[in-house]
Amino acid sequence: MSKNIDFPFPGLFKGMGLTLKAMFTKAPVTMYPDEKEIPVPRARGVISLDAEACTVCMLCARECPDWCIYIEGHKEAQEPAKPGGRIKTKNELDRFDIDYSLCMYCGICVEVCPFDALFWTPEYEYGEESISNLLHNQERLVDWLQTVPEPPALES
Amino acid sequence: MTSKELMHRSEVAVSVELETPDMTLNIGPQHPSTHGVLRLIAKVDGERITEVEPVIGYMHRGYEKLSEVRTYLQITALVNRIDWVSGFANEVPFILGVEKLMGVEAPERAQWIRLILSELFRISSHLVFMSSYPLELGATTPLMYVLREREHILELIEGVTGGRFHPNFNRVGGIKPNYGGGKQTKTQSMDLPAGFFKATLKAMDSIDQICDDIDTLVTGNELIRARTVDVGVIPADKAIEYGMSGPNLRASGVAYDLRKVENYLPYDQLDFDVISRPGGDCYDRYIVRLLEIRESAKIVRQAIDMIPVGPLQAKVPRVLKVPSGQVYSRAENPKGEFGYYIVSEGGKMPYRLKIRSTSFSNLTILPWILKGQLIPDLVAIMGSLDFVLGDVDR
Amino acid sequence: MSFLLELGIKVILMLAVVLTAALVTIYAELKAGSHMQTRIGPYYAGGKWGWAQPLADGAKFIQKEDLAPAKADRTVFGFAPYVVMMSTLAVFAVIPMGPDIVATNLDLGVYFILAISSLSVLGVLMAGWSSANKYSLIGGLRAAAQLIAYELPLVLAVVAVVVQAGTMSMNGIVEAQQATLFTIGGVEVALPYILSGQIIGFTIFMIAAVAELSRIPFDMPIAESELTMGYLTEYSGIRFTMFFLGEYASLVALSAIATTLYLGGYAVPFLPESMENFAGPGIFLIKVSFLVFLIIWIRWTWPRLREDQLQSMAWRWLIPLALFNIALISVFKVVL
Repeated sequence: MSKNIDFPFPGLFKGMGLTLKAMFTKAPVTMYPDEKEIPVPRARGVISLDAEACTVCMLCARECPDWCIYIEGHKEAQEPAKPGGRIKTKNELDRFDIDYSLCMYCGICVEVCPFDALFWTPEYEYGEESISNLLHNQERLVDWLQTVPEPPALES
Repeated sequence: MTSKELMHRSEVAVSVELETPDMTLNIGPQHPSTHGVLRLIAKVDGERITEVEPVIGYMHRGYEKLSEVRTYLQITALVNRIDWVSGFANEVPFILGVEKLMGVEAPERAQWIRLILSELFRISSHLVFMSSYPLELGATTPLMYVLREREHILELIEGVTGGRFHPNFNRVGGIKPNYGGGKQTKTQSMDLPAGFFKATLKAMDSIDQICDDIDTLVTGNELIRARTVDVGVIPADKAIEYGMSGPNLRASGVAYDLRKVENYLPYDQLDFDVISRPGGDCYDRYIVRLLEIRESAKIVRQAIDMIPVGPLQAKVPRVLKVPSGQVYSRAENPKGEFGYYIVSEGGKMPYRLKIRSTSFSNLTILPWILKGQLIPDLVAIMGSLDFVLGDVDR
Repeated sequence: MSFLLELGIKVILMLAVVLTAALVTIYAELKAGSHMQTRIGPYYAGGKWGWAQPLADGAKFIQKEDLAPAKADRTVFGFAPYVVMMSTLAVFAVIPMGPDIVATNLDLGVYFILAISSLSVLGVLMAGWSSANKYSLIGGLRAAAQLIAYELPLVLAVVAVVVQAGTMSMNGIVEAQQATLFTIGGVEVALPYILSGQIIGFTIFMIAAVAELSRIPFDMPIAESELTMGYLTEYSGIRFTMFFLGEYASLVALSAIATTLYLGGYAVPFLPESMENFAGPGIFLIKVSFLVFLIIWIRWTWPRLREDQLQSMAWRWLIPLALFNIALISVFKVVL
């Protein structure tokens, strides 16, 4: 027995008091799937895409530290704005996939996008049973756009 | 004449030399108390360890090499995965080093936000220790109480940075100023969200409360004292010799804290004590961390009073190129001294990045300290060193 | 009634009671432990409060593959859980739940219990040795070392009860606790032994019992943070279930012994004797569940000791204290 131990072991019984008290207090538990947790607006849950805004500039795919963004696009000739004007080409997005099994949720793609095409949303319920199903395609990413919250008010 | 020969010669001769060969016990890489994938090859005589050889590298992710082909922006996202329980604290010395090379200084408010988040991560990291250490000694309940309170801290961090463990919130020249680079997202500032100060002060009160509960449940517990007092004593000279730092060093009686020594972040404007204890045993290492939680709560409270209003980001070029040169930058990670040696040759990526990680240096004492200890004490000592395998192997 | 038929009925009844008790204890541990940790614990199994969780766990364990290490001594390895289980079940044979509700009223009941309950350590040692795993071996040896350390204080504590009661029969000890101790104003007062001089003995018995169960704070043979799972490391499936059930059954068994020896068994003061066969089992169960809860409560609060600290505690404190207790009780018995 160590030297600094008091004989009637008050510490042991005080600890038992604490656990007994805890037993009769309500557990601070969110009963997920029945109750849902509401994440903070800035939570980095999943990346959503505004396909209209994307210009296929590939900045996000290039800046991604683990190259988990797959983009394909093609150029399309557009009708000139005024009759007789110059024919412009516009980049059309064919494919925008993010492999969430590789993504490390750093947010660099959202940060570097110069056209407001990528947004974070706190949505988190997109688990899959197989890791290969975590490659989410453009449709899924565009769907998530609905869940993008307003940025929170700031501390003055 | 050996005893064996004697045995053959005479019927009555008795072999007095009982051979008790040491058993080699392979602890890890999968073992509940090695915090991941540390492997210890221990030679044990009964329960007493005669020799131990740590084998590391099971979680080597090659961050130093990886950093040579990543831009500075990307490295920030990488380095907060080194010691994952204190992600933000890993970013700070790296960013400070890059800022030193580039000759920019972050605005006041950004510095204070860095300081607050660093201290929140210190509390969170120490709380993980407070939960896992009693677990290693067999008490399962403190884990739940402590992680419950840590959740408040993680929520605060998530509210500011968006990430719970990997904030990736530091940028060269300040902190992440806005959501993105587009027309709309540029205007959305990443400053502290409304209600942060109030929520933080409330969380600090609950941290003080859980510290009291830990005192009742763990510190005051005679069994914990029986297991930790005078176990694994590291004298001050040995601790310095093996390059230990942080709470492990301070528990050996060396009041050395980079927050006081190194001139970084506005720590000099704050009033806080460097906690140190003279004993150097497992109990002291535990107590130092417990007191540091309270001290960090004190720092956060002061910082909230003193934080100025202002911009979040100094002016830096859009394409980040760091002038050639080299710098060693270090800061007080929750686990000790965390440093980066950055060599730049003027490109978008560092030429070489050497990471001086805390847990690796703290673990080097293992073969010395574990010699002659019992197996249960091995667990108590390893737990008290508070290492993270990601930090050891990088 | 033929002897064999009676035996068969007794065995089946006993098994049903013991296994139900073990399952209920597992559920109590899951639920009480969870709430002490501010969790909810079992929730979905069985619909309400997760009452079917132990059954679901059992079903899961049975489905699992019964693995044995390649180098294991398969016979011993397979046999070990049943030795543990058997020794636990046998203890219940002599525990009285009412004046007539007892499987066998042995004259040497106490002696039988002490002998048979030590057998479980043999099973543990077999498991530790045959697993061909160093952690299992250390765990098994720790259990054996623990046996020697705690069995002595346990026996010495029980000796004091035997001295006070003057009998070794479990029923006899319960009846002895109903003997009038003193009279206040014409009311005859009989007290269980814990209130009439055996408080030291009860404490020693409970400490030794927890050590025998190898539960926290004396769970060094298992010690999951040191020895992964001690002697249980290599067990899976149905054999693990046997150990698991055996552990909880012996938790109930030792609480039942302590109830009989110290808390007056099925009797409470002022309960007329005619009621005892009727109300006895209920009273007995309430007392047992109180002790079971105490042990569960300790398990969710305290950390574990070190093996050498347990040895030093047993040899330097508990055994001298138990001897002193015997002397005290003997003097008490002779003088009064």
